[in-house]
Amino acid sequence: MTATVSAPNPPAASADPGRPAPPPRHRGLRGLLFRWEAKSAPYVYIAPFFLVFAAFGLFPLLYTAWVSLFEFRLNSEMTWVGLDNFVWLFTNEAFYNALFKTITIGILSTVPQLMLALGLAHLLNYNMRGRTLFRVSMIMPYATSVAASTLVFAQLFGRDGGFANWTLSLVGLDAIDWRNGDISAQIAIAVIVTWRWTGYNALIYLAGMQSIPQDRYEAAQIDGANRWQQFVHITLPGLRPTILFTIVVSTIGATQLFGEPLLFGGGTPNGGAVNQYQTLGLFMYQQGWEFGSLGRAAAVAWVTFLLIVVLVLINALIMRLRTRERLSDGGSE
Amino acid sequence: MFTARRSAGATAVIMAGALTLTACSGSSEASDPTTGANGETVLTVSLFGTFGLDEAGLFDQYEAENEGITIQYESTQGEDKYWPALQTKLNSGSGTADIQGIEVARIADVVTNQADLWTDLSQTVAADRVGDYVDWKADAATTTDGKVLGLGTDIGPMGLCYRTDLYDAAGLPSDPEELKQRLGSWDDVIALAEEYKANAPEGSAFFDSAGGLYNAIVSTESEIYYNAAGELVVENNAAVKDAFMKSAAAGQSGLTAKLEQFKDPSWDAGFGSGTFATIACPSWMIGYIKGKAGDAGSGQWNITELPGGQGGNWGGAYLGIPEASKNKEEAAKLIAWLTDAEQQAKVFEVGGNFPSNTEAFDDVADSTDEYFNDAPTGEIFSASAQSAPTQILGVGDGVAKNALTQALLSVEVNGVSPEDAWANGISKITNQLG
Repeated sequence: MTATVSAPNPPAASADPGRPAPPPRHRGLRGLLFRWEAKSAPYVYIAPFFLVFAAFGLFPLLYTAWVSLFEFRLNSEMTWVGLDNFVWLFTNEAFYNALFKTITIGILSTVPQLMLALGLAHLLNYNMRGRTLFRVSMIMPYATSVAASTLVFAQLFGRDGGFANWTLSLVGLDAIDWRNGDISAQIAIAVIVTWRWTGYNALIYLAGMQSIPQDRYEAAQIDGANRWQQFVHITLPGLRPTILFTIVVSTIGATQLFGEPLLFGGGTPNGGAVNQYQTLGLFMYQQGWEFGSLGRAAAVAWVTFLLIVVLVLINALIMRLRTRERLSDGGSE
Repeated sequence: MFTARRSAGATAVIMAGALTLTACSGSSEASDPTTGANGETVLTVSLFGTFGLDEAGLFDQYEAENEGITIQYESTQGEDKYWPALQTKLNSGSGTADIQGIEVARIADVVTNQADLWTDLSQTVAADRVGDYVDWKADAATTTDGKVLGLGTDIGPMGLCYRTDLYDAAGLPSDPEELKQRLGSWDDVIALAEEYKANAPEGSAFFDSAGGLYNAIVSTESEIYYNAAGELVVENNAAVKDAFMKSAAAGQSGLTAKLEQFKDPSWDAGFGSGTFATIACPSWMIGYIKGKAGDAGSGQWNITELPGGQGGNWGGAYLGIPEASKNKEEAAKLIAWLTDAEQQAKVFEVGGNFPSNTEAFDDVADSTDEYFNDAPTGEIFSASAQSAPTQILGVGDGVAKNALTQALLSVEVNGVSPEDAWANGISKITNQLG
């Protein structure tokens, strides 16, 4: 506040006591510019993101909503149909099938994925030789392209001579037609997703674990708690915000699942002969690009978007309730 | 401090602008190289799958024979990915190549709905080529007011390809002449399949898929999904339903290996491993079999005509010039040359894609294929092409074909009854096209 003392300009200083008043030589036009600049600079700095977001995020979002009100085929005129596309959608069995498959594949992939990640992160958190090597190798599947990994997995899950069936034959089980079965195809896709994302989540958990103060573990050890008790009573509560973050991100990812089932099916959006692994993403793509009904595809896109918003809100609500619970429990943390 | 912060703000604005600018200019520059560095003409060619043009060295030859022409060629593996991407580019009027491939199932859509997006080839140097094609091939690419939007590359005359070693093992006749005598109708083929099943090597079925059998049977029909008036008639087309039911029954009774064509990795592997002994063989399948079965498969395969010597057609393609092309004249010259009899014959020798140019029929008539036990492929496919009915193509052929093929797979692998599968397939078709 030395500036306030030296500057003979009390009104400006009192109007904005938190900010040092401009030095006297900046009075007049330059002073005005200076103040304008001080106020506008932060906005200008973050402008690039918002400009790009407006062009490639917000505009497509709003335009999609607009398109969903029309019957629109590529290369032809748009015809206003109001909410017809949504009526078509909500009375369409195929949509509910896709919604259901999205949920089942989502659960099949997200739950084992996060549990595995938690276990791996716990192991990686120990002091051991070659720790960095293990940590780096965790992220390798994430760095592999979806297309490459899916094509490899499609071979592994091949009916004739695939690795999965060969493994089953070792323990005397019959070969499974992975891609054509209902649950089997969903499991195969869930395995691809799990393989790809487990390491990524493990690293996030690891970062969370390292922010938990070491003295808690020491105190627990003195009290005679074993490793498992430490994991349950110190690590898990300490990771709660991190876990919620990964659940939100995985939920969004699962709702938008697209590349894996598309390529697993050989590049077509059918999702199998009886659409047994057609996710919402594939359903949308099929409407838009196989059948050329962009209006209907846009309607699917918006319903998916709203679904994600609802899911995220539910997650946030649970997080809030839990935090409140803990505070009212008189938790000292 | 004052100026530094100020200019940082200005830089941020400029960078944001630059970002959007580069985002826009990037694609158009990359995909629209009309002229090269030395002023030569650069022609871009964008195809799908294997046309055999590049494989036969035709692009290199054309460049060598025509000074100042450079050809940039690219190909997308799956037509079902190629076409949607092309639609977006056509719609925005930029990013298309000078020459684009068009699959036969799409040509009706092009002629009916996109006439203004493609160049009328009858107004270019390629015009005098139009009369050279099989009639239905040229007719399908011609609009009602006489514009020709694509010139034919190959057609898909039919045969049956089979594994001689597996036929021998199952005690079936493996000589094409002998088979020809036995196979007078599709029912005879089914009977042969039953016989194969009784003595087949373990893990081997007669057909690859019900979908493949179905497509072979309908390939001999004139009216399939649409009638001549352009109306969707598949629902009440007895011939299509017969073919569907026949194939579904074959799938149900274990005469097929239940492998989805082109999608299932095990289908590809099956050409070599012998999970199936017979496959419906449009001429372009010849190259596919060689690629998948590899050198080890040479001499294992043979080919005979469809039962009763019926002619048929499955697939084939066209070359067209998008209206947005800046090199129409040179592109038309290249198309005219590529679809000339001599070049088409050459493509057949290398890749098996059968000429649509009737003048090339004589050139390929005596062709035999060493890989297929010296089978007279030229003779078999020429005969099939000449006796093939004029197929009526409709705007939704691709959608309809995919829906019914998918329905047949559901009979094979998901235990859906043929009647339900037919109903599902038809409702899918009418839902999208009706």
